[in-house]
Amino acid sequence: MAEPRIIIVGAGPSGTRAAEACVAAGLRPIVIDEGRRDGGQIYRRQPDNFTRPYRKLYGTEAGRAQALHETFDGLKGAIDYRPETLVWNIAKGHVWTASATVQEAIPFDALLLCTGATDRLMPVKGWQFAGAYSLGGAQVALKSQAVSIGHRVVFMGSGPLLYLVASQYVEAGAEVAAVLDTSPFGARLKALPDLLAMPSVLWNGVALTRTLKRAGVMVQHGVTPVEIMGDAESGVGGVRFFAGSGREETIACDAVAMGHHLRPETQLADLARCAFAFDPGTRQWLPERDDDGRSSVAGVYLAGDGAKILGARSAEASGRLAALGDLGLPVDKGEMTSLRSEVGQYARFARGLAKAFPWPARQAPALPDDAILCRCEGVTAGDLRAVMRETGAQEANRAKAFSRVGMGRCQGRYCGLAAAELIAAEAGVPVEQVGRLRGQAPVKPLPIAIGDGQ
Amino acid sequence: MSAASDVIIVGGGLMGSSAALFLRGHSISVTLLETDLIGRQASGTNFGNVRRQGRGIHQLPLANRAIAIWRKSRELLGADVEYLQSGHIRVCYRERPELVGSMEEYATQARAEGLDLELLSGNALRDKFPFFGPDVLAGSYSPTDGHANPRLAAPAFALAARKLGAVIHENTKIVDAQKIGEDFIVTAADGRTFRAPTLLVTAGAWGNALSSQFGEPVPIVPRGPNMSVTEPVPYAILPAVGVMTPIEEETVYFRQVARGNIVLGGSTRGPSFPDQYRAYVEPQNTMSQLQQIRRLAPSLGKLNIIRVWSGIEGYLPDSQPVMGPSATTSGLYYAFGFSGSGFQIGPGVGETMAEIIAKGGTDILMEPYRIGRFAAG
Amino acid sequence: MSRFVRLGETDRPPVTLYVDGAPVAALEGDTLMVALLSGGGTLRQSEFGPEKRAGFCLMGACQDCWVWTESGDRLRACSTLAASGQRVVTSQPGASWPNHV
Repeated sequence: MAEPRIIIVGAGPSGTRAAEACVAAGLRPIVIDEGRRDGGQIYRRQPDNFTRPYRKLYGTEAGRAQALHETFDGLKGAIDYRPETLVWNIAKGHVWTASATVQEAIPFDALLLCTGATDRLMPVKGWQFAGAYSLGGAQVALKSQAVSIGHRVVFMGSGPLLYLVASQYVEAGAEVAAVLDTSPFGARLKALPDLLAMPSVLWNGVALTRTLKRAGVMVQHGVTPVEIMGDAESGVGGVRFFAGSGREETIACDAVAMGHHLRPETQLADLARCAFAFDPGTRQWLPERDDDGRSSVAGVYLAGDGAKILGARSAEASGRLAALGDLGLPVDKGEMTSLRSEVGQYARFARGLAKAFPWPARQAPALPDDAILCRCEGVTAGDLRAVMRETGAQEANRAKAFSRVGMGRCQGRYCGLAAAELIAAEAGVPVEQVGRLRGQAPVKPLPIAIGDGQ
Repeated sequence: MSAASDVIIVGGGLMGSSAALFLRGHSISVTLLETDLIGRQASGTNFGNVRRQGRGIHQLPLANRAIAIWRKSRELLGADVEYLQSGHIRVCYRERPELVGSMEEYATQARAEGLDLELLSGNALRDKFPFFGPDVLAGSYSPTDGHANPRLAAPAFALAARKLGAVIHENTKIVDAQKIGEDFIVTAADGRTFRAPTLLVTAGAWGNALSSQFGEPVPIVPRGPNMSVTEPVPYAILPAVGVMTPIEEETVYFRQVARGNIVLGGSTRGPSFPDQYRAYVEPQNTMSQLQQIRRLAPSLGKLNIIRVWSGIEGYLPDSQPVMGPSATTSGLYYAFGFSGSGFQIGPGVGETMAEIIAKGGTDILMEPYRIGRFAAG
Repeated sequence: MSRFVRLGETDRPPVTLYVDGAPVAALEGDTLMVALLSGGGTLRQSEFGPEKRAGFCLMGACQDCWVWTESGDRLRACSTLAASGQRVVTSQPGASWPNHV
């Protein structure tokens, strides 16, 4: 039998570990990645001519980042690596790629989707203004370009990344005006039993809040964002919010980093026709998979945060698991068991995080009519409400068809989850009943010039 | 206990929805049954051409009837379905000069049916519409054709029908229809039954399942349109544009919506699966479409597509729909199988079917659409 | 007014690119986005609202940071490296773009 053709999409933690396992088994996988360099978002590598050391870039995760990068560097001769290449569709056992305007259809026997995550966003009135960035974007600015997104930055949202990026900004010398967390402090205590699944990570989190405190950064819990103030020309001018006490406050700033933890990039799993199921813990539809990463489609495997947000450490384990499971080689049962139990621990920790930093679902239906809900298409919350009233639409794709929410260039990545919450609340139905925006090719915009002259 | 009305319509696309609206105009009570949601397949996923030119000459009276409805759609529906009478251009390529003669002949025949077309040479076309590429040899310009938004059209007709008293049941999959005595009894998958002396089947690619129950199978084939859309760009292309060619791959078309996105369609059709209610865009079809679009309008090569889609359409071998009364069963009518070109005539079909049901006949020529043309022997 | 603030790595060779015809000083290794927002406040005009935009996700997912070459090719500013002598424009070249073949 010919050597199985293995394609790994993504060169972050899970993709790298999957590739490593394949190479160790004597296989030569194709690794396709959108990035210019490996590392994914979390361990994104700075350009060649930048000089900051690992410790400065990745903090407590410096060792892991370095190990991952070194592993990938060591694999380069043994894999078919395709950086700056987009997988824009999947059909009939082929991935369809675009690198600039060069196109290719590459057949596979096994496809490992290690597609990673983007920020999960809850819109706030004014989030279309220049100077409002996703939390992950704020981190990318610092990590890969050594810049702050503004002269005076407010971090607003929730989740561990909020504290991580804010403290990274402080340590890099940026001015952090405030950290405004929508989750109440008490939620963390309730989550403690699950969070203790990963004591060292928990401890790192505590250290972040100390960094912020030492720097004198205002940190507030249980806030309710009201508005990102600003104007069309100059962008963000401040934030207005209700403090936990219920008092309305404003803080002047020229940049806001916003986000509520992460959401997996599941479009390719969708295009590969994997089955999805609603995950009540995160209130998201996620592709189904077994403990070893097998999707509902034979030959398609899902690993890392692209399948479910369990963090970078878990992604390394799940990437390796997904690769090992069906290689058809003798498997070290002990290792498989230990990898599974490792992922299980991260899953417990992730449940804790979801409790400690809950997704503020109720913020979506509370958006005023004039708040932009879909940034791409400029659709307001009021526009969506009017469509629901006039047409009775109560399903995500139906509401999109009529209102254009989620129909723009980001394909609903940043408004889709909030729109579903708004629809659910207005219609008085559970959010799972609203469904999910179907993945549509191309996963990212595809040049009409694709394939020209080939 | 069955819900009763004068007419049951099975299939909530543009044909069924507009028929429901016009039946209410005749004060006939109507129940519209839709498997899924109104206008979600062929009616909602097509290109949105509101084009008369290029249709068979015999279809033009129906198309003219439809255009009159499109023009008054805002008042009729109380909704904006983004209808723009911004023109339509059909072009042919240098490789097929013989098509210029066909265009001229068509224009002469169309004029007799009230459709005025202006024939332009490639250079004259490029002067007026500079986006055309050098391969374009000649074109036929129809200033009174245009385009509309398919996502909005059928639902708007259904909503207007409902406001006039039509009863509409979505998520109602019909599994059986029979005539018992004077009435049709139509049964849904969940056991609900509906009763009426008249049954109109406007079920698109699913139409054959019902016509077969009345001994009239048709050789319908489900396919899916191949659609793409670009990012929004400054609004500069008014007419819808399409290619006249015998080669399926070359058959592409595009239009720009007022918001700026350019909708691309055609080249090849994909498979669709009525049983699963899904249709897929084949990546190679997207590729061939983009290649042909670059040939038709090279400057579009600077843009990107941000989304592709398809839907379930029903095609008949002669590309003509089944429309009119059943040949086996009195009180039974059909309007399905529009073979990928039903959008423009849709409202005209609805009005004509309502007229036939209400008045027993119509001046529109129905002969080409008889279901009997597929009868064995 | 600059939007982004450089916090380090400033010891890189300078490059000059041209944005809407005007020279912009940047550093080798900058993305277009960093080059443009270290010297200015915004990247482009929103199509559907009155506001100017300056990108959002910085990881190639949101498509908010598009700028163009002078010949009309789209560039994603967050993932395109700035190059010396590069000429970019912040609005789609020519409202009558389809008229330029």
